[in-house]
Amino acid sequence: MGVEAKLGDLGLVTLTLEKAINWTRTRSMWPMLFGLACCAIEMMSAQASHYDLSRFGMELMRASPRQSDLMIVAGRVTRKMAPVLRRLYDQMPDPKWVIAMGDCASCGGIFNNYAIVQGVDEVVPVDVYVAGCPPRPEALIHGIITLHHKVEKEKLAAHA
Amino acid sequence: MPKSDSGRRMPGMPPQASVTESGITPEAAPFDDPRLAEYRHLVSERALSGETVVLNMGPQHPSTHGVLRLILELDGERVITCIPDIGFLHTGVEKNMESKTYIKALVMTDRLDYMNNVGNNLAYALAVEKLVGLDVPPRAQAIRVILAELQRLSSHLVWLGTHALDLAAMSVFLYCFREREIILDILEMVSGQRMMTSYIRPGGLWRDVPPEFEPAVREFIKIFPHRLQQYERLLTKNPLFLDRTRGIGVISGEAALQAGLTGGALRGSGVNYDLRKAMPYSGYEQYDFEVPLGSAGDVYDRYRVRMAEMPQSLRIVEQALDRLPGGPVQSANRKFVPPPRSELGQSMESLIHHFKLWTEGFDAPRGAIYSAVESPRGELGVYLEGNGGPKAQRVYWRTPSFMNISALPILAKGHLVADLVGIIGSLDIVLGDVDR
Amino acid sequence: MSGLDEALNVLRAALGEGLRTVTEFRGETTAEIAPANIVAACRALRDAPGLRFTRLAGLTAVDYWPEEPRFAVIYLLHSLEKGLSLRLLHRLAGDAPSVASVVEVFPSANWHEREVYDMFGILFTGHPDLRRLLMPADWQGHPLRKDYPLGYEEVQFTFNFDEIDRKKPYAKE
Repeated sequence: MGVEAKLGDLGLVTLTLEKAINWTRTRSMWPMLFGLACCAIEMMSAQASHYDLSRFGMELMRASPRQSDLMIVAGRVTRKMAPVLRRLYDQMPDPKWVIAMGDCASCGGIFNNYAIVQGVDEVVPVDVYVAGCPPRPEALIHGIITLHHKVEKEKLAAHA
Repeated sequence: MPKSDSGRRMPGMPPQASVTESGITPEAAPFDDPRLAEYRHLVSERALSGETVVLNMGPQHPSTHGVLRLILELDGERVITCIPDIGFLHTGVEKNMESKTYIKALVMTDRLDYMNNVGNNLAYALAVEKLVGLDVPPRAQAIRVILAELQRLSSHLVWLGTHALDLAAMSVFLYCFREREIILDILEMVSGQRMMTSYIRPGGLWRDVPPEFEPAVREFIKIFPHRLQQYERLLTKNPLFLDRTRGIGVISGEAALQAGLTGGALRGSGVNYDLRKAMPYSGYEQYDFEVPLGSAGDVYDRYRVRMAEMPQSLRIVEQALDRLPGGPVQSANRKFVPPPRSELGQSMESLIHHFKLWTEGFDAPRGAIYSAVESPRGELGVYLEGNGGPKAQRVYWRTPSFMNISALPILAKGHLVADLVGIIGSLDIVLGDVDR
Repeated sequence: MSGLDEALNVLRAALGEGLRTVTEFRGETTAEIAPANIVAACRALRDAPGLRFTRLAGLTAVDYWPEEPRFAVIYLLHSLEKGLSLRLLHRLAGDAPSVASVVEVFPSANWHEREVYDMFGILFTGHPDLRRLLMPADWQGHPLRKDYPLGYEEVQFTFNFDEIDRKKPYAKE
């Protein structure tokens, strides 16, 4: 930017505050352990050594919502579980993001019946939907990178 | 002060204790809350007076076994009563399967016990075949056995990884998932999908295995025993692991049978009941394998039983692969099994069969059957009742984890909360299996 | 199959008229009995010295609405030592039928009967803890009954996208 162009390579980088904050938010986003059903197993596979999630800064899967930024809703949400999901979402501090992983979380999946909430966006606002039943770990990583791109474009006032 | 949670309260959660000038009033005992009245008859007297603590080990907790809620009555750290509250993953599969034809309902069976997808398909396919009287060619039976045993291995690996993770041995988790990736690669090569394969269908298989299947499985058979030894070296004689698992969650064989336990949990107490030996299906009687049994009925013995089952599964896979017969992989009965796509261009009959089977489905006779397989968790049975039409009258899944969880109050009595985590892990439950 | 013949003889001796029909289908035997005799039948089969049906493999119900009698409750009994399986069945009529609980004979029937109550609304008298198991405690209705709707939501395609989008209760922040 300005200073580097004038004075050459001083080992400095200049950024806007917005870019810096978004950069820190994406590089160490801690997911909350919210695996419900089959997608949770693929999320665990993504966490394991073959498709490593810790290279994205997501090594720590916190079970406590108070210490996490990202809620990956992995699996089918039943009507009994929906109030629990909302309560956990409310307990997460800002800034927080939600990935709806899998078909059941995005739209109810193959279970179009009385017991399953047809899409977790009826309960919490969702940022990224990842399709698949279950989505491959690579698809989940693609969803996370999409979320990173989305966060990098956020304005500073997005999370009050 | 915690922020209000927009009015939605988790079911069964007690309100905040009332704080007055003189401190927390003792009259605000937990069971004054009418929403907890439903547990009043299950907890001891001491809970009603507030002497013991009623703790909610809620549906979201770190031991990654799924959404299970436990209401614990604790005296300090000791569990007096443990009340499981299930249903947080109830998917209504049984009702949904009644509204689909028999072939289309197969897709929903993968997602019940999501660690044992191939096994669920197998259980349902065997049930449908028994109901309508369909034959299965021997090559299909042998491949079914190979895939079912590979799935058993993958399920036991996840069990081992998560069980060890709960007892704070994290590296075992990473090693187990490394092996599991190889098995998932084999499943993907065969069916195109890592987990929900829908490969085993009534009448045989979806299609024949590709030529890369045999070398891949042989490669796996070669490397796996060494890896198993790695896990054994890490855990079996580890004094920390022994301390956390010996003498915990003991149940006798007789009590286990009365409580409805099956599978590894039952065999850990010494009862020799394995459906692959007791009521063999899909050609299991031709293979030579042992059923390991425990004696003490504690967490450690259940661990030893499942660890010993893994080399036996590998033995079955090797034998089945050595004796793999040639021939078709689907029954030739076109009234029930759709024809292969290559025939559709040539034969008018095939086209009509294909059309009728995929739109209307085949009719099943009036009558009911019960068919059970040995899933990695225990006896997985399907009670299938037909009503003369293309859709089932009733599909009842007798799932092993359902009964295994119901025995948890007996197993957990008197133990510490930290032991409870080990006991839940040793029962090897999958919540999709419990709640269906 | 002399083991099963023996079982049926034991049933006949214990119940007399209560044993209604015996059917065989695909090699499995089902004995239909009168609902009032279920506890006696289970006890007789469990305690018979030559048989020892000590294991209740499963307990479920089927709804035949609108046919009457509407419900059938099915008990899957299994003898581990002899390797025998027998099914007991009894039919119940009406909207809120009740039958005696077999918990005192087979303790593992506890959760099975709770699930049948939850899904079908059949009351089991003598059950120590008859509450809903799978559905939330305040749920109305019994889902697996045939007159209970599936709860099917209209699928959203491009032609009805906006219409469904407007009606769907999306969560705001």
